Amino acid sequence: MKHRYLPMTAQDRVEMMETVGIQSIDELFSDIPEAVRYQGTMPMSEPLDEYALLRHMKGLADRNADFDSHASFLGAGLYDHHIPVVINHVISRSEFYTAYTPYQPEISQGELQAIFEFQSYICELTGMKVANASMYDGATALSEAAVLAAGATKRKKLIVSRTVHPEARQVLRTSANAWGLEVVEIDYRDGVTDQAKLAEAIDGDTAAVLMQSPNFFGSIEDLSSVEPLIHAVKGLFVVSANPIALGILETPGKLGADIVVGDAQPLGIPASLGGPTCGFFAVAEHLMRRMPGRIVGQTVDRNGKRGFVLTLQAREQHIRREKATSNICSNQALLALCASVYLSVMGKEGMREVGELNIRKSHYAANKLSELTGAELAFSSPFFNEFVLKLPEGSSVSAINSKLLKEGYLGGYDLGRDYPELAGHMLVAVTEKRSKNEIDQFASALEGCL
Amino acid sequence: MKPEQSLIFELSRPGRSAYSLPLCDVPQEESLESLIPSGLLRSEPVVLPEVSEVDVIRHYTSLSRRNFGVDNGFYPLGSCTMKYNPKINEDVARIVGLAKIHPYQPEESIQGALELMYTLQNDLSALTGMDAVSLQPAAGAHGEWTGLMMIRAYHESRGETRTKVIVPDSSHGTNPASASAAGLETITIPSTDKGMVDLEALKAAVGSDTAALMLTNPSTLGLFETQIVEIAEIVHEAGGLLYYDGANSNAIMGITRPGDMGFDVVHLNLHKTMSTPHGGGGPGAGPVGVKSILIPFLPQPTVVKNEDSSFSLDFGGPESIGRVKAFYGNFGILVRAYAYIRTYGPDGLREVSENAVLNANYMMHRLAPYFEIPYPGVCKHEFVMSGKNLKQYGVRTLDVAKRLLDFGYHPPTVYFPLTVEECMMIEPTETESKETLDGFINTMIQIVKEAQETPEIVINAPHTTEISRLDETQAARKPVLNCSCG
Repeated sequence: MKHRYLPMTAQDRVEMMETVGIQSIDELFSDIPEAVRYQGTMPMSEPLDEYALLRHMKGLADRNADFDSHASFLGAGLYDHHIPVVINHVISRSEFYTAYTPYQPEISQGELQAIFEFQSYICELTGMKVANASMYDGATALSEAAVLAAGATKRKKLIVSRTVHPEARQVLRTSANAWGLEVVEIDYRDGVTDQAKLAEAIDGDTAAVLMQSPNFFGSIEDLSSVEPLIHAVKGLFVVSANPIALGILETPGKLGADIVVGDAQPLGIPASLGGPTCGFFAVAEHLMRRMPGRIVGQTVDRNGKRGFVLTLQAREQHIRREKATSNICSNQALLALCASVYLSVMGKEGMREVGELNIRKSHYAANKLSELTGAELAFSSPFFNEFVLKLPEGSSVSAINSKLLKEGYLGGYDLGRDYPELAGHMLVAVTEKRSKNEIDQFASALEGCL
Repeated sequence: MKPEQSLIFELSRPGRSAYSLPLCDVPQEESLESLIPSGLLRSEPVVLPEVSEVDVIRHYTSLSRRNFGVDNGFYPLGSCTMKYNPKINEDVARIVGLAKIHPYQPEESIQGALELMYTLQNDLSALTGMDAVSLQPAAGAHGEWTGLMMIRAYHESRGETRTKVIVPDSSHGTNPASASAAGLETITIPSTDKGMVDLEALKAAVGSDTAALMLTNPSTLGLFETQIVEIAEIVHEAGGLLYYDGANSNAIMGITRPGDMGFDVVHLNLHKTMSTPHGGGGPGAGPVGVKSILIPFLPQPTVVKNEDSSFSLDFGGPESIGRVKAFYGNFGILVRAYAYIRTYGPDGLREVSENAVLNANYMMHRLAPYFEIPYPGVCKHEFVMSGKNLKQYGVRTLDVAKRLLDFGYHPPTVYFPLTVEECMMIEPTETESKETLDGFINTMIQIVKEAQETPEIVINAPHTTEISRLDETQAARKPVLNCSCG
């Protein structure tokens, strides 16, 4: 079978082999020791023609419940927001998606400027001075922030709130283990970090306090009162934030954060079973040269024309090798582009409005669901678009979610998976996409499952 | 001359908008401040552009036209495997049932996704000759780090303190950087004048502190390590493990496998070998494969098949290195890689590598009369050559690269590996036709002629791009990293 992605004809092959001076293709591999050459056919999936492959993939997709077939009340770090249709059209421009990292600036100004604009957007949302070109995801961005803080302070103790996403804390533990750092977890109280316990734990060995706001429970943390505690001991304040909330909530920068990270998924990026998403990473100016990852800067060409280049590369692995600030070599350029297009579409008014919609709809849902017999809100702290619902004693969230699935709903996250004390508690997310009708019907369906 | 490209912020006019949001159909009697204490709300409004939808589309279309991708032309960027990115992969990744799904959905509602991941794990195991695969790492460097963390955990589980990672001087920069990030130290060993690992240097470097040797095979010089069996023996006898940097896997699919060469861990760059696009710098995916001794240390979770033929996530045992990324990996990239593998099948993938290697050898032979080829003989999917013969005309490799832009080509990788003077590293890939290769070769020959006769044309290149060479020193010295519109 002649393959459609392989242009080499039999005639080409003959001519090229002649130029190279070989009689058979095997001669190209004569340098590979006989003992390690693979014989036979690898036991892999068989090839499919184009139509059969489309059908096969559709068949796999049909065995998944999705956001179109089911109304989602599931969040926990990954949200079902409306994705403006123009985003897919922009990221489908193959000049963007088939390009490599913009190492040749003269023919990569489009990508470089897109990243520069992304950095500008992240600075504006977070209230920080400098942002990089993006990280793998929010969880790895938080770990990189912790490593940066440990390096900058030459200290080894990291204090992280238990209200930070459990998976981000797991990644942090893996990373801390690698770097020989100590991780201390601080408990929560009424859905937010217990500040008395936090104050007790902070000491002169503390490299950083790591918090998330809105936190994993959806609650908005009181960042302004943490800031003086950690800065009093000259440690760094690291905040993980939900970017869609930053259109309406006070910026962590203004509240004294030194490093702000998060996941840009809410900004127009499909959930895609959790990846790829896009981490963002912003710092105060004095930490600029310690940042991991790529950074784009503005400059001029030989004719004085504005242009953009990758800059401050002396931090990076391809220059510094074992002394680099991080081993990261890629960024999530195409998804950073999603986020930029999202913010361009939404603009000043749209970001405020989507924030308000999330707040109003989730608060309506919280009221509605807390009226269900035996159910109540677990916490009274202010929240953005996600809240914790305590179900009647003995409820199994996973069993309820299986029932809700059959009724066309993706129920909320089972908090008992990560917090044994919160067994029977459901983390419910309500975005701007959920209508009053869907919320009301979800409440009835949930009641039927209790 | 065209006007300067605007920033999106510069297009903003108060009162314009491009968004359309669902209605607020819930009661709105209460003020926002009664729901959220005003101290938590923004004290100043967010400053973002106010533009119409047409502005957005024109702006980004304009940016895209100032960018060069594989679809624009030949992209022989060494070690990056810039092959054609099939369109069907983009389409299937956008199928709603694969794109709009949540990792925390009940397992019974993501069986199709889990089956895809399970099959991909098996296919990649077969391709690499490994016993198990984790799809979790987000990129090649992330895979390296994950693999080294497993190696470290393995040694620690045996009560051994092994902290040294050996890399050849031609290795990718990520190798030593990943070792540092895994809390390990790097030892760099020289290559022989044939571009191979120096066995004597390796023997001298290994010892009771050796955690691993990291090797790219074929190397960044495009050469297969002919003594790979001996290398593996030396490292294993010293108690170390072998890490395979899969960046150059496009040379060997179905021909030889890292597992058969003696490697214990391998990562693959799906955005290279499996054609999932590079995206202008990402997202990628860097799955890691391991031999059975390392299975207990795999990151959490992996996908397993149950007795009733359903699929589940397995969160592993106590020896796992833990989680390296949120959720289960870059699933959207895994979908594309899976579609690619199902398009070729095992025999097709072998043909991919054969053609990639023949293309590289053809180019090397045709360019040999014009440039110095430091390692003649057979190359694999890429080769290096030196531009030092042009220095006598005042022309450097960087100038050759910039001159190629004028002819509509993306230049090769330049000045890497560091071990070759005025280096150019050329990787044509299998998806390029003979005419494309010939066109590029003839252009290179012409540039050599220009260097000899009218060097200023080359030195001042590019002449046809929207901007000329940029002042990178100014960019680094006085960094302007955002537009400070806020």
